[in-house]
Amino acid sequence: MKWETVIGLEVHTQLATQSKIFSGSSTAFGAAPNTQASAVDIALPGVLPVLNRGAVECAIKFGLAIGATLNRVNVFDRKNYFYPDLPKGYQISQLAKPIVEGGTLKIVVDGEEKTIHLTRAHLEEDAGKSLHEDFHGMTGIDLNRAGTPLLEIVSEPEMRSSAEAVAYARALHTLVTWIGICDGNMQEGSFRVDANVSVRPVGQAEFGTRREIKNLNSFRFLQQAIDYEVRWQIETLEDGGRIEQATVLFDPDSGETRMMRSKEDAHDYRYFPDPDLLPVKLDEGWVEAVRAALPELPAAMQTRFQRDYGVSAYDAAVLTGSRALADYFEAVAKTCGQGKLAANWVMGELSAALNKAELDIAASPVSAARLGALIARIQDGTLSGKLAKQVFEGLWEGAGEVDAIIDARGLRQMSDSGELEKIVDEVLAANPKSVEEFRSGKDKAFNALVGQVMKASRGKANPAQVNELLKAKLQN
Amino acid sequence: MSDTSLSALAAQLAAKQVSSRELAQSYLDRIAALNPAINAFITVDAEKTLAEAAAADALIAAGKNGPLTGVPIAHKDIFCTDGWLTTCGSKMLHNFVAPYDAHVIQRFKAAGMPSLGKTNMDEFAMGSSNETSYFGAVKNPWDIARVPGGSSGGAAACIAARMAPAATGTDTGGSIRQPAAFTGITGLKPTYGLVSRFGMIAFASSLDQAGPMAPSAEDCALLLNVMTGFDPNDSTSLERDKEDYARDLDKPLAGLRVGLPKEFFAEGLNSEVAAAVEAAVAELKKLGATPVEISLANSQLAIPVYYVLAPAEASSNLSRFDGVRYGYRAPDYANLDDMYCKTRAQGFGAEVKRRILIGAYVLSHGYYDAYYLQAQKIRRLIADDFSAAFEACDVILGPTAPGTAFRLGEKSDDPVEMYLNDLYTIPANLAGLPGMSLPCGFDSQGLPIGLQLVGNYFSEAKMLNVAHQYQCATDWHKRLPPLGAASGEKP
Repeated sequence: MKWETVIGLEVHTQLATQSKIFSGSSTAFGAAPNTQASAVDIALPGVLPVLNRGAVECAIKFGLAIGATLNRVNVFDRKNYFYPDLPKGYQISQLAKPIVEGGTLKIVVDGEEKTIHLTRAHLEEDAGKSLHEDFHGMTGIDLNRAGTPLLEIVSEPEMRSSAEAVAYARALHTLVTWIGICDGNMQEGSFRVDANVSVRPVGQAEFGTRREIKNLNSFRFLQQAIDYEVRWQIETLEDGGRIEQATVLFDPDSGETRMMRSKEDAHDYRYFPDPDLLPVKLDEGWVEAVRAALPELPAAMQTRFQRDYGVSAYDAAVLTGSRALADYFEAVAKTCGQGKLAANWVMGELSAALNKAELDIAASPVSAARLGALIARIQDGTLSGKLAKQVFEGLWEGAGEVDAIIDARGLRQMSDSGELEKIVDEVLAANPKSVEEFRSGKDKAFNALVGQVMKASRGKANPAQVNELLKAKLQN
Repeated sequence: MSDTSLSALAAQLAAKQVSSRELAQSYLDRIAALNPAINAFITVDAEKTLAEAAAADALIAAGKNGPLTGVPIAHKDIFCTDGWLTTCGSKMLHNFVAPYDAHVIQRFKAAGMPSLGKTNMDEFAMGSSNETSYFGAVKNPWDIARVPGGSSGGAAACIAARMAPAATGTDTGGSIRQPAAFTGITGLKPTYGLVSRFGMIAFASSLDQAGPMAPSAEDCALLLNVMTGFDPNDSTSLERDKEDYARDLDKPLAGLRVGLPKEFFAEGLNSEVAAAVEAAVAELKKLGATPVEISLANSQLAIPVYYVLAPAEASSNLSRFDGVRYGYRAPDYANLDDMYCKTRAQGFGAEVKRRILIGAYVLSHGYYDAYYLQAQKIRRLIADDFSAAFEACDVILGPTAPGTAFRLGEKSDDPVEMYLNDLYTIPANLAGLPGMSLPCGFDSQGLPIGLQLVGNYFSEAKMLNVAHQYQCATDWHKRLPPLGAASGEKP
């Protein structure tokens, strides 16, 4: 039997606000346990939540960026359950009226573009952390994260492979960091993915029973977990078994998913509107002001890059992988006036160097202005591609401005034809055999001569000029 | 006994005829003498009280005193008070010392009013008799075999016995007004949102409201001036211009339309209470008011609606009492679930557990629509009835409770009978309207009877005006319970 995979993702994005969603405590990561937990965060008797306007604004930005409907009246609900890292015994979330409904995101897999529809995105508070390892026989509770604002973004079950799921997750990651509502740091838990996975025989209309893989914090784990889960579900079904609805965890060490709780253990969360918070109305003026302040979005920028800089669709997609990268590329292209060359350098030499050094584009030792200046020197003939790479190395090492490096290291392409002519004559005199071979019709010998000239010039000769000059001399 | 009205005490303090320390000490003495019999206080801390009084004296000496600076006040143990034990009448918080002040406490501190201590109350404000307190029942000063009402029973009893000149209370379904009625004092529950709930331990968030309790309407007006005001820490707090609630006290009542809801004078009302309320109506007529019959048809449903909504909110509000971070934790447990179960089984009393169970039930999957949602719809209808009624009248008048103070233990085995005590007070909470109770007579056993006023939103000044004019014409609020030798002398 042939099987089809069906995947929907729920992504918890931590919103990049200074303070928590219902208290004034800092949301900064990495502080000593419980030092960023106020009376509200630890749920002392009598404390009350006050909504952070900034968190709502993040959600508005997201809704506008995906072309969704923004619910103009927002209600916060309580989701009730007991757990030691949930201080109030309930989480404030949105059930019936999420702030964002609908919207779409485009993904590209194997050159095919696909539109994924989003179901909803709602605001909620994060729980604290239970620390099971450091306390023998006991559990430590760190409430620094409790109350951190989250936007839970839920997709329709429209992805049909792990590759599509990863492409969607990446596109979403790009977007939320692009519009500045999330720092995107997956190690720190700023972007956590739950995958709802089911399989069904190809052609069957109804969905199979889904299992939810919780808390995947890297794209690689997302792919591995889905691939494992799909294989497991298909094998189970083909062996005559049944899939029970369940929540599972992915173990990166074994590469397997394992059951966390079955549907029978599912909580009755007893949702009801939080009486401590009044409904929040989004006024038109606010929404429009947020819309006006939105940056150019990745999709629009890709179109523009193709049009303005003549880059390919693929290159445009790569260059808009993050806003920092896109801004960098555009600065380079503007400085040198050479879109395609700029794209090649940014995606080639620069990306390779950054990857090797495990650096983000924002931390690039080579500024966009300097890379642009470098490309300009290729364009005006000062540098050959090969020399340019040497100058780039100088830039990477922090040796100063492009022209200074060229001068200091004597990397200027030989433009004096008298000097070059002298080298050519010497090479011809020293290689009579090659000259002979060329004259007897062996074209290969010409290339050997070019190589000799380049070598003699220590790479500074202009290859086109060398060609021209050699041809002229040999035909005499 | 000299005049202990807040205005008189403030005048004596300002004139330096008495110091705040002396005044506080005299009340502490009276508490020491009477509280063993009444049990109105859970915590008294003379050292703290006197230190606050000394600070008030310094303000007065420096000429920096406000209208009530130096006048002591007792706070219901539902308000978090920095450095004070704050128990909410529960074993669950028997050891909880609040690290911060409730907004209401901050306001009284800023006004220079020393705290006389924390008053007893029904556990988590759930009760109408003050018998559910972990710290023992409060006795009614008018007859110590009887309850003072609840949940602000300690506050009411300490005012009635003049162990404090003023007290704070909270009212979710009648918890200020019913005990005020049972103890012959005056108490006011303001419009929902007028007084910040920050730091007030939540019972039912959409209904809870703090208010003043004191012998007279004039006292309540002065206390309300201190208590009210916008608080950015409470999202349900209303942003309004400050008003002086005493400004209309002396206005004549000519032309006042007093609405008498026929449903409040129907079956179930004790005849002596009915007679006293009718006499009060006659008195108001003499003062120029006109009685108007009105109807609050849906108020009949107030009790079932309340006993869906209040427990629903409470079941969630009380989840934080889980033994993890503060308060009581069971001494022995096998695992996390066991710790939760034992802590909550041992830490909460029977009435609190009953309401948590009811609340969890009405919110559970499959029952939510039938109970919670339906109750919310009826709540709206009850509020609409009031809006219609206020087209025809300026203030609504009726009994505060169906009867007078009952005997300790008399109703504790029958929760429904107990719940019926709040029949007339709950509708105002459901609608968010201000309500107050003031003394209007005594029954044949010498027990106080309460008259209830319910006003339109933000009409506290008008209600206080009506109550004050009535109190100028009557002396019910000046009568004192027969406390025998223990009553002692007042400053």
